[in-house]
Amino acid sequence: MSLAIDTQTGAGQSFRRSVAGKVLLTPKGGISGCYLICLLLLALLAPWVTPYPYDVQELSIASQAPSLAHWLGTDEFGRDVLSRIMYGARTSLSVSFTAISVSVLVGMTLGAAAGYFGGMFDRFVTAAVDLSWSFPEILIALILVAIIGPGLHSTMLAIGIAYLAQFTRLTRAQILGLKNETFIEATRNLGASHGHIVFRHLMPNALAPVIICGMLATGDAIILEATLGFFGLGAQPPVPSWGAMMSSGTAQIFKAPWIIIFPGLAVAVTVIMINLFGDALIRALDIRAKLREG
Amino acid sequence: MALLDVRNLSIDIHGIRPLGGISFSVDKGEILGIVGESGSGKSLTALSVMGLLPLIGGRIERGTITFDGTELTTLPEPAFRRLRGRRIAFITQNPMTSLDPVMRVGAQIDQVARLHLKLDAKAAQARSIEIMEKLRIPEAATLYHHYPHQLSGGMKQRIVIAMALAADPDLIIADEPTTALDVTIQAQIIDLLVELVRDRDLALILITHDMGVVAQTCDRVVVLYAGRIAESHAVQAIFANPRHPYTKALIRCIPREDTVTGSLTGIPGAVPSVAHYPAGCRYHPRCARRGPPCDGIVPALEYPTGGGEIACHFPEGAGDVHV
Amino acid sequence: MLSYIVRRLLLLIPVFFTVSIIIFGIIHLVPGDPVDNLLRIGSTPEQKAIITARYGLDKPLAQQYLLWLGNMAQGDLGDAIVMRRPVSALLAQNIPFSLRLGAAALLFSTLLGIAAGTLAAIYKDSKIDQSVMAGILLGSTLPSFWLGLLLILLFSVQLGWLPVSGARSWQAIILPVLTIGLGGTALVARVTRIAMLETMQKDFVLLLHAKGLPARRIQLRHVLRHALMPVVTILGLRIGWILGGAVTVEFVFARPGLGTLLIKALNQHDYPVMQGCLLMLAIAVMLGTLIGDLVQAAMDPRVRQAMT
Repeated sequence: MSLAIDTQTGAGQSFRRSVAGKVLLTPKGGISGCYLICLLLLALLAPWVTPYPYDVQELSIASQAPSLAHWLGTDEFGRDVLSRIMYGARTSLSVSFTAISVSVLVGMTLGAAAGYFGGMFDRFVTAAVDLSWSFPEILIALILVAIIGPGLHSTMLAIGIAYLAQFTRLTRAQILGLKNETFIEATRNLGASHGHIVFRHLMPNALAPVIICGMLATGDAIILEATLGFFGLGAQPPVPSWGAMMSSGTAQIFKAPWIIIFPGLAVAVTVIMINLFGDALIRALDIRAKLREG
Repeated sequence: MALLDVRNLSIDIHGIRPLGGISFSVDKGEILGIVGESGSGKSLTALSVMGLLPLIGGRIERGTITFDGTELTTLPEPAFRRLRGRRIAFITQNPMTSLDPVMRVGAQIDQVARLHLKLDAKAAQARSIEIMEKLRIPEAATLYHHYPHQLSGGMKQRIVIAMALAADPDLIIADEPTTALDVTIQAQIIDLLVELVRDRDLALILITHDMGVVAQTCDRVVVLYAGRIAESHAVQAIFANPRHPYTKALIRCIPREDTVTGSLTGIPGAVPSVAHYPAGCRYHPRCARRGPPCDGIVPALEYPTGGGEIACHFPEGAGDVHV
Repeated sequence: MLSYIVRRLLLLIPVFFTVSIIIFGIIHLVPGDPVDNLLRIGSTPEQKAIITARYGLDKPLAQQYLLWLGNMAQGDLGDAIVMRRPVSALLAQNIPFSLRLGAAALLFSTLLGIAAGTLAAIYKDSKIDQSVMAGILLGSTLPSFWLGLLLILLFSVQLGWLPVSGARSWQAIILPVLTIGLGGTALVARVTRIAMLETMQKDFVLLLHAKGLPARRIQLRHVLRHALMPVVTILGLRIGWILGGAVTVEFVFARPGLGTLLIKALNQHDYPVMQGCLLMLAIAVMLGTLIGDLVQAAMDPRVRQAMT
């Protein structure tokens, strides 16, 4: 531990040392952070920013290679690929983000309750988590789609349930680690209720690893959403989704490969950027150890 | 000439210099204690002699290490490998984690004999069991087939010692061999080591933070602080008349039968981290005897007439100093 | 060891029941009358009666489930709605293809992944390590079906070396294996590398060096052996993942197999086929996990002890 006193002050210094600074000022964190922010903006502003609407068919210019008029070419119905990708971003991001957020909330609650109260409830939750842990998310998603039928809602539910186990398990591990710390015992001795202890003291400490895990899961969720879309089981036409674009593009693979390449590239790059950003965040917060317990 | 002679050893790990100019020697039949708190560089000294610094990303920057006439700092790796385990053996600190968990303990001892003495499986096994029996491991022939997790801490440490003895080494370096063991077992292991040294005329370097153990077992002792030698001398002399304030403080820390309950002494302050060694004498921030030159000038090692070495501007017995 | 195997098998039973209940329940959880869901549109009352009797749809749920289980034990999984063939026949036809693909992909991923991870750990921070790390990143984040499509584009369309789809020749399995394999390799390599690096820091490795053993021997015989244990654990747990990848890849490459069958059934609302496929996949996952556990127990004596 350094005993030297840092006498430098100033806004620049404090940003550099804040979490945001530590993440964004590294090459990994900076580039991925910028990409994600741009993507988010594009998705939000799509209706105003796209050069063409996503659903207007113009068969006369179908399956055209990338050109100045259509930067990423047109698909088999003459729709602009670039615009559809931007709209597809809305679908992918909103579905994944919503599903994962809800999953995190439910998972944290379950995990915290299981870790804190223990007993039969804990055993039951642990058994359920272990069970779903060995099943691939795609399988769980397919079972749910089998029940509910294809569509955006079933995709969201499928993703949410498929990743629930991760968050439950991670939160439970964190809570178990913290439950026996002296400061918790002290709080209990002061007469705090269970709810107070769990929500005010235990959860905030468990938050950081779970949030990061959630972020990385969002990347996986985007892939899952695209996979379901590729199978025709996700968002139904005319709602554009990256997976569905690739699915209909397979028929054109010989003539117009760009219909497949660009949506896939969008998925790949986005997920890579999410992973890089998550990695930079882990480094900045220095919680690699806590994550390993999950 | 001494069996092992270390002169002015300085090492470098990723730009940091945790050891700065250490010198000591040990001879056959002798037990040398290297004493210091955590962070003093004791274990690094052991790694340096074994030539294992590269494993932690370190290297010897300066100095010489001579073993039985051979210069170790320039010895090529294949030749060094023939020394390790064969003529210089190592006993690690934590027996719980020092043994390969998926290999039977007997086989782990055999490894040494088969590698260095070129024995076949049966001969190695017989030899291992014999050594285990000498170390008073009960039912050696049965325990030979056990896995490490089936043995207690004390037993595990005896296995580690057996591995060290398997090739009949000349020098054993024991890095805090009893720190991780129960107090009752500690004494047994220490006694065992002393007996081995006397019986086989070995040289033993005993690294420890426990001055009490040093008092009971060692012939000579080197006191390390923050990578430098504070004092070194024959054990009886140093306990009778400790000259370095740090040595004196360490001796005072040993709990005795007549210590009043609740009055354990410690040394105020903490060992400085390698990145922030104080200027001048590294002990001066915690020293009750410090004076003007201590915070700027590194005290040189001196060789007083009574024998031994001391590096201090105001050694005990040289007149009191007011802070 | 035998008692360990028996114990593990016993643990599987509740899992199997839970999963089979869920799969069985699909027919009843789906909106609509189960009878209608099991028939094509415009069926006559007689046909409805036959179906009701066949599946016991007028009986209480618990009894239906037992009936279903009993039928399954005898090899009767119902009839496909669209294809009008017994489900068991369809499964029997498709399972071998999936098995072949799954086994090949698993072998490929395991061997390449362990090799890559070991190299990356031994030569840490070198160009080799960095390339492996980049490969791991790509392998874990690229959507498998997109990768498959790209590979088709490159090797089939552009270069014409390999067939685009189907399973007519042995070459047809190469691209699908590569597609699943790259993701699987990334997973195995990552775990191997971390496990190796962690193991290398352990005390017993230091002692092995101190004994005078050569470095290569220590790394490959002792460290790797030790590091393989978490790898086996992860592989056992994520076998399901590789199977899931197989499902997707089969579909992309239009290969016959459980995956293609399942996706088709999902699109066509063919519930008996859906249930049959999901059941088979679930069993495969459970078996895979079991085998993973057994291999781990064989490798690590401490695990054997813990279970007694």
